[in-house]
Amino acid sequence: MRKLVEQPINKADTSPLLRSEKHESAIRQVSGSARYVDDIPAPDSLCYASVGVTNVTSGQLEALDLSSVWQSPGVIDVITIDDIPGHTDIGAVFGGDPILLDKEVKFHGQPVFAVLAETEEQARIAATRAQMRFSQSEPLLTTEAALAADSKVRPTHEFGRGDVEATFNHAPLTASGHLSVGGQEHMYLEGQVSLAIPEEEDRMSIFTSSQHPSEVQKLVAEVLDVKLHRVAVDMRRMGGGFGGKESQAAQWACLAAVFALRTRRAVKMRLPRMMDMQVTGKRHPFENDYAIAFNEQGKMLGAKITVSGNCGHSPDLSDAIVDRAMFHVDNAYQLGDTHVVGHRLKTNMVSHTAFRGFGGPQGLIVAEQMMDVVARKTGLDPLTVRKLNLYGPQNGMTTPYGMPLEQDILADIIAKLEADSEYWQRREQIRAYNAQSPIIKKGLALTPVKFGISFTAKHLNQAGALIHIYTDGSIQVNHGGTEMGQGLHTKIGQIVAHEFGVTLDNIEVTSTRTDKVPNTSPTAASSGTDLNGKAAQNACITIKERLAALFSEEFNVTADEVIFANGHVMAGGHSLPFTQLIQNAYMARISLSATGYYRTPKIFYDRDTGSGRPFFYFANGAAGAEVSVDTLTGEYTLDKVDILHDVGTSLNPAIDRGQIEGGFIQGMGWLTSEDLRWDDSGRLISNNMATYKIPAIGDTPDHFNVALFDRPNAEDSIYHSKAVGEPPFMLAISVWCAIKDAIASVADYQQDPALPAPATPEKVLMAINALRGEA
Amino acid sequence: MIKFLLNNELVTLEESVAEVSVQQYLREQKALKGSKEGCAAGDCGACTVVLGEISPSQAGISYRSVNSCITLMAALHGKQLITVEHLSDGKSLHPVQQALVDHHGSQCGFCTPGFVMSMFALYHSDKTADRETVNTALSGNLCRCTGYRPIIAATMESCAHRTEDKFSALEAVTLEQLKDIAREQTLPALNNVYLPETREAMALLLSEHADARLVAGSTDLSLEYTQQLKPLPTLISTSRVKECRELTLDRNGITVGAALPLNDIAAVLSQQFPALHELIERFASLPIRNQATLGGNVANASPIGDMPPVLLALNANVIIDNGSQYRHVAAREFFTGYRQTLLADKEWISAIHFPAQQADCQVKAYKVSKRHEDDISAVCAVFTVTLQDGIVTRLTSGFGGVAATPVSCKALEQQLTGKLWQDQSTRQLGMQLLSEAFSPIDDVRASAAYRKQLLANLWQRFWFETQSELLATTRVPTYA
Repeated sequence: MRKLVEQPINKADTSPLLRSEKHESAIRQVSGSARYVDDIPAPDSLCYASVGVTNVTSGQLEALDLSSVWQSPGVIDVITIDDIPGHTDIGAVFGGDPILLDKEVKFHGQPVFAVLAETEEQARIAATRAQMRFSQSEPLLTTEAALAADSKVRPTHEFGRGDVEATFNHAPLTASGHLSVGGQEHMYLEGQVSLAIPEEEDRMSIFTSSQHPSEVQKLVAEVLDVKLHRVAVDMRRMGGGFGGKESQAAQWACLAAVFALRTRRAVKMRLPRMMDMQVTGKRHPFENDYAIAFNEQGKMLGAKITVSGNCGHSPDLSDAIVDRAMFHVDNAYQLGDTHVVGHRLKTNMVSHTAFRGFGGPQGLIVAEQMMDVVARKTGLDPLTVRKLNLYGPQNGMTTPYGMPLEQDILADIIAKLEADSEYWQRREQIRAYNAQSPIIKKGLALTPVKFGISFTAKHLNQAGALIHIYTDGSIQVNHGGTEMGQGLHTKIGQIVAHEFGVTLDNIEVTSTRTDKVPNTSPTAASSGTDLNGKAAQNACITIKERLAALFSEEFNVTADEVIFANGHVMAGGHSLPFTQLIQNAYMARISLSATGYYRTPKIFYDRDTGSGRPFFYFANGAAGAEVSVDTLTGEYTLDKVDILHDVGTSLNPAIDRGQIEGGFIQGMGWLTSEDLRWDDSGRLISNNMATYKIPAIGDTPDHFNVALFDRPNAEDSIYHSKAVGEPPFMLAISVWCAIKDAIASVADYQQDPALPAPATPEKVLMAINALRGEA
Repeated sequence: MIKFLLNNELVTLEESVAEVSVQQYLREQKALKGSKEGCAAGDCGACTVVLGEISPSQAGISYRSVNSCITLMAALHGKQLITVEHLSDGKSLHPVQQALVDHHGSQCGFCTPGFVMSMFALYHSDKTADRETVNTALSGNLCRCTGYRPIIAATMESCAHRTEDKFSALEAVTLEQLKDIAREQTLPALNNVYLPETREAMALLLSEHADARLVAGSTDLSLEYTQQLKPLPTLISTSRVKECRELTLDRNGITVGAALPLNDIAAVLSQQFPALHELIERFASLPIRNQATLGGNVANASPIGDMPPVLLALNANVIIDNGSQYRHVAAREFFTGYRQTLLADKEWISAIHFPAQQADCQVKAYKVSKRHEDDISAVCAVFTVTLQDGIVTRLTSGFGGVAATPVSCKALEQQLTGKLWQDQSTRQLGMQLLSEAFSPIDDVRASAAYRKQLLANLWQRFWFETQSELLATTRVPTYA
């Protein structure tokens, strides 16, 4: 591969790189003119699709009478799985996801048929009119039941190091426990939506809100039974994704495309909120078991951990999600001799899917649970135990899956945060406060995050970009990543502007299109900037080499000397405005368009041995949280948060801070108020925003300090920055630990309270009851 | 016919329109797609618009944020509907928009137009934008990306430096346009929604439309249309009936017009009963309170409504009208079964009367929910106690979320009277009575067991908070 730009970054004053540039769409967003799929001006023939769903959880479809649907006002077309021209299975990786019900009922609310009508309202009403009869069977709804039935979507995987049994046999202290970790609804503010526009013959244009346009293209082509080159997918921006539009945006695009092909009309399919919540997967609920061996000094000697993901009815992305949970049960700690088992359980639920952290949070929280248990058993402060067990030169730097940590950074981050947030002074104050406050109890916790960066599916770690320079010097950039609010296009714009030495207003990052950059990976795994930034940079380098050659010919300098900065191209005392050089290049018949490509080096993982280097590097951070808990009601408030987070060299501090703050609050929601509930029959009952509560404005603490830890990535990432999308999500585990700390005070910090996630006020009160009963 | 201003354009709608909600109208008919649909239920605020109305003093325009997804078209009559597309002045963003840009307050941007409109309404209020005010102003807007911090900062900054904008510059002109509409003597009606202005007209409409239903703020009723896809029946609105909009305060107590939006009565109620401040702030969100009415909440008779327990504990009376005569029904009699009341056919609630409390009566109101803002109570509890020489002379209660109707606990009220308040045995007796008083259910919000324990523990909180000396801090830090 081409040698890339090395540190230090040669940065001209006018370069937008490393600056807090505004989100590229900010002005349009605040003006209401930023266009989402539902806002695209309606094509002439536009009509609307909706789906009819099962009202049972498992069994067989015995009879389906669609005559009332056909007779419903405005209905144009009705389809079942039998009407799909091509593939009927739209499973992302392994299959198992029928586009519409195929005899067997897999979950409550599963789409059975789709209907097309003249208006959205007509389509939705018609979708409720089918007569369906099912034979019902007993559903599998819990991980326990699925484990007992050996019901799995993928085989169990395990890995480990050392003689775990011997370590446990000789350990001075052991403990074990169980931790239930709830799932999470994505609650992207913009629900799932796609627009299919039929082109000539069987060709199709798709506008979709998807993190993975290439997969939408592939699945639409397969469902229509056409080659991929006949389908073009356009994705300008999502109103939030968070993983929920990685694999599960495709179904709606496919259904719209089938109707568009059948009727030659433009078709929009937009899920109303309650339908969206019912038919799309969520963060996987996990049931986790752990046993730990440690000594009186609080040092971990060994761990046996089993994580069991409730994957729902199909594999979807669950294999990689449970793997990532397993890769993070150590978090930042040298656990000693460790054995990790990960089950992928098949249940009669909607197929759970990617969600920021991708199983990592559900695994990582086990590590923090174990640290709390060691602290209570030894009487040490939880932070003391955490620091004592950190990976480092003394404890060792190799994970249970054999990956060496190459950047030892967390001890420094924790030390700085511990000092800056006055952890120990506050610990004393809180102890004193709690001693005199019988009802309100305060809690404090400082927890680290170490999160592996790369897709664990190795082939996804590649990206492409396409850059055009027009004769006025303006530059259009296209790349494989999608914009869902995270600021990816802003950062890519900064990278390209920096490379060409021009200002940001010369750069236009266009919608993600499968006909511009092919075969792209989903924008996921926090990898958007790492992958696409490098690809865009490589495209820049290709064009710059051509321009530098022209410049060096013209001025008789060597191409290596040529610098692009401040809107000029310079070498050997000669200078040309960038636009002039572009015009010269055009006249000299030099191509002003180039593709760029990137693949992540170094990564591999061997499933047979359970070892390898699945991650290019780790992103790190730490958060301190202080809470107040009402022991009469279980209500609590988050009073103070201090965060120190590692983004390597920050390409855009404001955007990185936005990811940290937003990730933290979203993680806090997962662990506190966001309570997914299914009834005994398997029907989702927290199925709208009135019954499923994401954090609101009052949940953000006044004291919310976020700082970036200033140290470049040791790996050759784009300008030595680090991925930031997912890692901060897990900083919110500090809130859950702080709530536990407050609860522990009612039994004089002798026991770690049994607190499942989410820690709703009800669960908090139950934990208090349990401690008081035992105290 | 209805008339309103869409931004600065006078719109007259003579015939029914296809669009039921304001949001549908904006997006489908006017191609104003800045208002986003996130939930179509008034829970997310992505559709927020601002309604300008002639202020109570008639001297200016007051602005309120509402959820356009659950606002009926007819409700626009006589108002200025302001949308996000209209805020900027030429190429200059409105100060609230510019502040959001400057503070990096938009990520995915889907919620952003709604936030902008809520910020704009606050910008045009006279409130100091401290954190609690900002929380209130933006309580109906959810953001899934930012964690809110930059939005809070942008709101505080822009509202700390208010300058004249194009709306204040045009205020006099707009006011005259709205007054012109108000002077027209027509019955506003659209899409089978009627908005009479007198009780006589109200009664007449009810007699003419046997199947009609009553509506006020439409924040609950609209969900039948947006969520359950039911066609809306003929609706007769109390919201413009003069007698339903009056607020009178005298030594007998306070009489609150049933059609007054909750936010319009919040200040008076909180002044009379300071303990209600938190409960009112936590009643839904500001855009909902800007439309939802006390009468609607009472007439709905939901067992999880937050105002009925207040009425019960404060011994309020429901004033019922049929156009020719009023009748007063004690709140304690009014709720007869699950969503059933004593309201008869062709009657409507005109007002609620809260009798003045004795000076030494202590009132406390509690709400427990998973989320602090805009959530439905797992349990709502309102208590009052009056003491003489430390002895309970009168104790009242009202609860939500514990039975099929809003309820009082008569056993508690009877058996505690005469007890020495500071005795631990008084606290324990109350806990015991409340633990046994009701048989709440398990649902998505809470388990029956939790609700039972909350009843006992909220009672404990009440007991602690009404002792003559402070025994303990009883609240996590929320509302001052």
